[in-house]
Amino acid sequence: MIKINYFKRDTEKPADLQAGGNSPRPMSIKQSVSIPIWVKVLISLAPAMVFLIFFTFYPIINTSIIAFIENFGWQKNAGSFAISNFFQQIANANDPLLLEPPAMPYFSLDNFGLVLTDPIFLDSLFNTAILTVISVPLTIIVSLMLSVALNSIKAFRGFFQTIFFLPYVTNAIALGMVFNVLFSPEPGGIMNQIIQLFGGSPVSWVDPAAHELYDVIKLSKFSMGVVLIAQSVWAGLAFKILVFMSGLATIDKQYYDAAKIDGTGRARIFSKITVPLLSPQIFYITITSFIGAFKMYSSIISIVGQGPLNFGGTSGTLWITVVGYIYKNRQTDLPKAAAGAVILLIIVLLITLVQMQVSKKRVHY
Amino acid sequence: METKQTTVELEAALSPEEKKALHQIEKGEVIDDTRFQPTYQKAKDDKVARTIFKVLTYVFLAFFAFIILAPFIFMISMSLTDPTSYNKAATEGTVSLITTSPSTVNFGVILGGINPGSAAFNALPAELRSTITRGAVNFTPYFLNTIIVAVISTAFTVVTTVMTSFAFARLDFKGKNTLFAILLATMMVPGEMMIITNYQTTIGLGWENSFMALIFVHGVSVFYIFQLRQTFQQIPNELFLASKVDGYGEFHYLWRVMIPLGMPTIVTITILNVMGSWNAYIWPQLIANGDNLTLYNWGIEWTMKLVSNGLMSLFTSDYGSFDTVKIAGSMIISAPLLVVFIFFRKYIMRGVSRSGIKG
Repeated sequence: MIKINYFKRDTEKPADLQAGGNSPRPMSIKQSVSIPIWVKVLISLAPAMVFLIFFTFYPIINTSIIAFIENFGWQKNAGSFAISNFFQQIANANDPLLLEPPAMPYFSLDNFGLVLTDPIFLDSLFNTAILTVISVPLTIIVSLMLSVALNSIKAFRGFFQTIFFLPYVTNAIALGMVFNVLFSPEPGGIMNQIIQLFGGSPVSWVDPAAHELYDVIKLSKFSMGVVLIAQSVWAGLAFKILVFMSGLATIDKQYYDAAKIDGTGRARIFSKITVPLLSPQIFYITITSFIGAFKMYSSIISIVGQGPLNFGGTSGTLWITVVGYIYKNRQTDLPKAAAGAVILLIIVLLITLVQMQVSKKRVHY
Repeated sequence: METKQTTVELEAALSPEEKKALHQIEKGEVIDDTRFQPTYQKAKDDKVARTIFKVLTYVFLAFFAFIILAPFIFMISMSLTDPTSYNKAATEGTVSLITTSPSTVNFGVILGGINPGSAAFNALPAELRSTITRGAVNFTPYFLNTIIVAVISTAFTVVTTVMTSFAFARLDFKGKNTLFAILLATMMVPGEMMIITNYQTTIGLGWENSFMALIFVHGVSVFYIFQLRQTFQQIPNELFLASKVDGYGEFHYLWRVMIPLGMPTIVTITILNVMGSWNAYIWPQLIANGDNLTLYNWGIEWTMKLVSNGLMSLFTSDYGSFDTVKIAGSMIISAPLLVVFIFFRKYIMRGVSRSGIKG
């Protein structure tokens, strides 16, 4: 009896078969084209890997190198490779014929020092942290409440779910612009009308110059922060509700029945059954939304407008975020942008690590 | 039905006093048996509390549904508001959520359909008229560009994702797990790290302001590969062995078994990628913000902007001070995805909840 291991590649037939031995073959097997396994691997991996190597792996390493080169700047005809640009820059810096020779580049940790002591970067770090710390928990709490409420009803559930999902399928830039107009600085703007209805005075929410035109309170960090947080909570609910709803659907109804028999109150059911059993989804949402909030960029510029690098205020840096800082420096001071990107990576890794540690204690499963 | 049956069964086991009390409850009379009164009252209270709670739940949901819907209602109504009367309303403080002076002129401005000299043009506010005379906007090329990029990049992404996931899920090779771990690790890296170098690489390749840069540079997604590999791995091994016994190779198995079984995930990937292309902003803004170079050399001016970039440039141009035109731009760009959503609601929601992170 021949033993054929079907896990093995086609060419590895038992020795006696290959040698043309007259052992009986198990039924008639249609011969497959025997391509060696490494060719198959190559064919299926190559298309993606070529692009990943050029546009994902290489840039990560290359940008990290740039972060360690003081005075780095792209040189003409030196490609995008950091080291070749480095040597070209040295050559150019020593070239007496050049009218404006570039500064001499050298390897150092100075870029990180420059970024970490840059008041604009510290400001951006602070802004991003504030946005994250307020908007993420707020969004999670509201979406959790909405999901539990949705889960407890039968009529109109699909209707409400569809409405709550709408922001997810809408263009982010378009939404930012709608919020810009909702919070328009004229006293007649929708939000200013609501404010006046409750006896407040109109505010120039995101426009740095409107207080000169209209009788409105000047734009401040607070007024703009309110708009940014309102928009990010509003837009963030959709995805979280969807994930929580799919999590709630998997919770066994027996737990709730048992609690009902014991006469457990609603608050207790929520805190002792729903939240613990939903903890994998809550953990997943927390980690992704913390990272997402730390990368906030387009939603802010789409609300503030006035140029892709405007983050409000007359200086245009009122609510600059970490990603905004990277793009602001990308053209003028590349090594600073690269160092900022590396710092952002470290922050993301730290957030993930901390959450992993917390989840070990808190997530049931 | 079930409760009624239980009641009948219970009734049989009741004592005469209890039966009397039950009779009184059914008639709505006050029970004179003192033993039952607290429970009866409690049940009554509970029912009231439950009803109140249910009403509160609906109020809570309706309130948030309104908050979610309000910007959409505002967007639709604002884009259909006549610019002249809006300016008047804004200064007088009478802007409302629903427009009082409907007009489609804003869409005409956005699509370049309002020619100087026409009656519609003359009805516009003077400032908007002079802005149009200085340079008209036209969103049509943005739409065409975005559709081209969305279709080709989605096809490219789906093919590379299927091939790569197949290799990771089905083929055995040295260093497979290490390679996959490295791929997953890149998901943590902020896109800005890639963009800084990719911008220079793309320019070096001569891909600035071309479809190549928009389609291929970020065309391979590790996230989708991860998703599809998970799906592929759930396919029972027996199916593979069976096809192997029939003498079919791995690629045949991929085509005949894995792709059909992985179809829900592939559809999800397609949906997410189309949505991603439609919403792409940062990378196109950097690399494709001008005219197509090849066509330019042929003497044709064709902008490479995608919808989001076109919208943002409308916002930052002189048109940015005309709220109704601005919102009409937002509306016309959001509408296609919203329409697609209405038709494929279940598919999209299921797909997104299955997959996870946006963009």
